[in-house]
Amino acid sequence: MRSVSNCNMAHRLSVLAAIFLGLITSVSAQSDGATQNKTGRGGTFAIVNAKIVTVSGAVIDNGTVVIQNGKITAVGAGVSVPSGAERVDGKGLSVYPGMIDSATGLGLAEIGQGANATVDIAETGNNNANAKAYLGVNPHSSHVNVTRVNGITTVMSAPTGGLIAGQGTIINLNGSTQAEMAIVPAAALVINFPRVAAGGGGFGGGGFGGFGGPQLDFNEAVRRRDTQIEELKKIFASAVSLGRSIDAYAKDKTLPAPATNLALEAMIPYVRGEKPIVFPVERERDIKAVIKFVTDMKLKGIIVGGQEAWKAADDLKKANISVIFTNIYNLPVRDDDPYDYFFAGPSKLQAAGVKFAISTGDAGAENRDLPYHAGLAGAYGLPKDEALKAVTLYPAQILGVGDQLGSIEVGKMANVVVTDGDMLDPRTNVKYVFIGGRMIPLTSRHTELFDSFKDRK
Amino acid sequence: MNRIVGIFSILILAASIAFAQGKGEVLIKNATVLTASKGTLTGTDILIRDGKIARIGKGLTAGSGAKVIDATGKFVSPGIIDAHSHSMLSAINEGSLAVTSMTRTRDMLDPNDITIYRALAGGVTSALLLHGSANPIGGQSTTVKFKWGHPVEDYPIADAPLGIKFALGENVKRSSFNPQPGQTFRYPRTRMGTMEVIRDAFRRARDYKQAWDDYRAKKTKVPPRVDEELQPLVEILEGKRLVHCHGYRSDEHLNILRIAEEFGFKVGTLQHGLEAYKIAPEIAKHGAGVSIFTDSWSYKLEAYDAIPYNAYILWKNGVTVSINSDSDERMRRLNLDAAKVMKYGGVPEEDALKMITLNPAKQLGIDKRTGSVEVGKDGDLVIWSEHPFSPYSHPEITMIEGEVYFDRAADIAKRSDLAKEREALEKLDVNRAPGAGGGPPQRPTERRAEERDEAEHGDGGNR
Repeated sequence: MRSVSNCNMAHRLSVLAAIFLGLITSVSAQSDGATQNKTGRGGTFAIVNAKIVTVSGAVIDNGTVVIQNGKITAVGAGVSVPSGAERVDGKGLSVYPGMIDSATGLGLAEIGQGANATVDIAETGNNNANAKAYLGVNPHSSHVNVTRVNGITTVMSAPTGGLIAGQGTIINLNGSTQAEMAIVPAAALVINFPRVAAGGGGFGGGGFGGFGGPQLDFNEAVRRRDTQIEELKKIFASAVSLGRSIDAYAKDKTLPAPATNLALEAMIPYVRGEKPIVFPVERERDIKAVIKFVTDMKLKGIIVGGQEAWKAADDLKKANISVIFTNIYNLPVRDDDPYDYFFAGPSKLQAAGVKFAISTGDAGAENRDLPYHAGLAGAYGLPKDEALKAVTLYPAQILGVGDQLGSIEVGKMANVVVTDGDMLDPRTNVKYVFIGGRMIPLTSRHTELFDSFKDRK
Repeated sequence: MNRIVGIFSILILAASIAFAQGKGEVLIKNATVLTASKGTLTGTDILIRDGKIARIGKGLTAGSGAKVIDATGKFVSPGIIDAHSHSMLSAINEGSLAVTSMTRTRDMLDPNDITIYRALAGGVTSALLLHGSANPIGGQSTTVKFKWGHPVEDYPIADAPLGIKFALGENVKRSSFNPQPGQTFRYPRTRMGTMEVIRDAFRRARDYKQAWDDYRAKKTKVPPRVDEELQPLVEILEGKRLVHCHGYRSDEHLNILRIAEEFGFKVGTLQHGLEAYKIAPEIAKHGAGVSIFTDSWSYKLEAYDAIPYNAYILWKNGVTVSINSDSDERMRRLNLDAAKVMKYGGVPEEDALKMITLNPAKQLGIDKRTGSVEVGKDGDLVIWSEHPFSPYSHPEITMIEGEVYFDRAADIAKRSDLAKEREALEKLDVNRAPGAGGGPPQRPTERRAEERDEAEHGDGGNR
């Protein structure tokens, strides 16, 4: 447990604090104390003379972005700087909306292997609809600071275990408490939809079946999958029924009070199609099964994973289902798949007109690689502006927060990143990060360790 | 499904042989050349003759039989060298003993492994194929060029120095091993024991070497019994075999340097070395190379102090640094990993490029023949659509010794034919699964994931 000992940590933080206070005097006035994830400072900021990549509209070659009360209040070439605003010189720099990694486990698993005490990503049991990532995310995870200093300002963090895994949360990567971080505390329900698979799967198999079990006759595998879907439908019916009972009882207390069932109760807004359900699926036939389920049950669905989603493009469009593509860093499944099968996945989705976003799909540590996932999609056919949208505006829209996030527009939350180059380029440096209008110090667990050792002789 | 895959591998193999040319002259015209040793040359031609770079300059001409490639608007770099890979190995870990120096990755090469072709498509031409990290002293490594489509004998680089894998830390002490009834723990179980296993092996090797030296000097009459375990360690003592030592914690890597100094040899590379930045001056003084991930971290306890500034601090201290993958997947995008080194600390572009070309070549002792674009070296080159550090760049052509092993245009041109062949093959009775609907789908995974040196950590997220 060497590397997380309090002694080491305290030492590093004191070193950091010294550097922080000494070098960034304008920030030092409001030091947030010895917490790892400093919450930055609020105020009125004007980023001037910058290239503004609005994402939603045209690029402004030389303009100003004003941030006030946590929001973007002015954008444009002829914008005047409000009195009292702190000017940020944007000469030679570019302003982007903060990136959004839309399918992560950030804050739910600090060290995946060999440190189970830090892992809270998968509950046990099959229906954990009431499990909320919102209440599991660690605001002081070092993954928070490492991710945000690379320009990712928002993530959806979601649980993974069981058939109905629980509810994902949309959080800003800033805040000392879960409440301070949350944009949408309970944003989406994750269902590991039963798949056609050999051995297990779905109920009792954790929904991820098909690995290591004995090979099943294909028709038998389909039959089992169908049985599991029927059982899932029964759970949905129970949730619908509970919802009606609760509504009826609210109006008429002479009716019998519905029996408490937290898991079913948590499902009510989702089975009613009021909130999105996230389905992690990859293969065409499983995606098509999800599309049918979503259509039959009149749900709001999102596909996560989506290896072969392009093959179901027409059905996806018809059912208004978006895809969060998480496979850029995965190898093709079959030996004879084209070598660039997944690099080219997003470009195929885009060409087919499917609404999509690109996500790392990573549990937390590697979320900061999000821009390079999008860049690689750009290397294999996705237009550059689409690659950028796939990690900014599109995930915001898919997650239902497109009115608040994902572009540089007046009225949106001031999640703003200032860089010295193309944000998707690994050579580019992030110069400023604003989250919810607060200027975030560009320090992280990594810069702390760097500062501790860079001059050691 | 497996049967189909088997047949297809053979087809792909055959197709690859068909488009790889024989030796002769290759002329690359009008490229931006990133030499990795002598700067960037614009509008430059490269002439390769009989597999070697013969000339670099402007307005070069070639004989009538030459293959001429117009690289206008494109970039040429040396072939990427991955100094930590397990690709094309049918088995990786012999973990039953603490010392398995008698085992050889050379015996496990699978030239039909599709990951070879995928690596070529990412610009990788050479790799160090390492035994796993299950034991303090693992098996012998193999340094190869990815000559896809060639017989397996053509893969090892004949004049590359010998190598061997050592390992320290979590994997070696088998942190996640839970003995079943009847099983026992293997010694060592601690970092203390790990160091003693290594010291013990070198003491025995030194005695063994002495016994042979005495016999050869006719001080003794009976030749010592040949010992396949100790012989490779004697080669280390004699400076003929490079030690590539897996480890994470800086204290452990420092300890292996001290053991090496105790026995009078120099460590070839510290592998992973995610905390090497904490002991950069000591590593520089010893003279070991370090082969690291650019920025992977937090996937296990040992990796929690990893920082992306590692390469920069080592570079600043004069250590020879390479960026490796340890992954069939990551191997395909090492160019972007090298690009990150420019961002984290500010390593200059050419020195960043060296970390995936000339530096690993030096670490593997093959820099006389590959690793940079220089006259006299092998024609191991990549032609990129854009600067290889641009996120939007991809390899167009990858060649080894002037032979084209990957050609994106040719690959794309073949796809519809391959799809038709697949369709035809699926209809054959022999490929019809019980139930007639094809086999069950497979989850995406690296081949032999359970055998990998390091656990992959890419899919712990929302899937």
